Amino acid sequence: MSDKIRKVSIIISKGGLDGVYPGLIMANGARMEGIEANLFFTFFGQDAIVKKRMNKIKVATVGNPGMHMASLVGILPGMSAMATSMMKKTMEKLDIPPVAEYIEMIHDAGGKLYACKMTVDMFKFKKEDFCPQVEDIITVGKFYELAAGGEIIFT
Amino acid sequence: MPQKQYGTATVEVDAEGYLTDFSQWTRDIAAAIAKEEGIGELTPAHWKVLEYLQKEFKETGQVPSIRKLNKSGVTSTKELYELFPGGPAKKAAKIAGMKKPEGCV
Repeated sequence: MSDKIRKVSIIISKGGLDGVYPGLIMANGARMEGIEANLFFTFFGQDAIVKKRMNKIKVATVGNPGMHMASLVGILPGMSAMATSMMKKTMEKLDIPPVAEYIEMIHDAGGKLYACKMTVDMFKFKKEDFCPQVEDIITVGKFYELAAGGEIIFT
Repeated sequence: MPQKQYGTATVEVDAEGYLTDFSQWTRDIAAAIAKEEGIGELTPAHWKVLEYLQKEFKETGQVPSIRKLNKSGVTSTKELYELFPGGPAKKAAKIAGMKKPEGCV
């Protein structure tokens, strides 16, 4: 038996740039290695596939210890926008695409994108709120069916 | 440094079979690597991608990313994955006689 990973199913559950990007990078990276990839967007992670939100995702400067910034500073108006803009510039230099382009890239690469049904019901989203790359709105049960035989990664 | 035989040509490769000296590359070697990688016969669409990669590689010393390739107009991401199934950036770079692409995007 080969120990090569053949399939990954990645759950993106957190909002904000730092919540969304790791899963996107891992999914795209999987496709680049010829690994089958499913993406399941749940809770605030769903911002990444909601048309109106996907390109407005920011990095949180309050309550985010990874920013190494006092929350009192992070709370200043424009702080999150500034940090987001700096991060986006750095990512562009590294050839990391903005969220909407990344989603399109993963889809074109053969990755499959799904929205979590419970989140859809909770936030009252409709199919047309999502970008066209989203395959379907599915339940947790269906997700496990799709993930069968592969690795599951939760982010 | 390991060596590999393609037809009558002997080339120097790294541990994963990527050519270490681009000047040793020929179109026949490319065709042989393509077969090894399960790509089969190289079509004009493959060559368009390979030639673009080599042009960029000669100019910058880097293997261009899939994103750059998509934006270049040479091919789309979708077509690239169809042309080089099972890891397009790595396989195309190997066939084009370049080093293994670095980076995660």
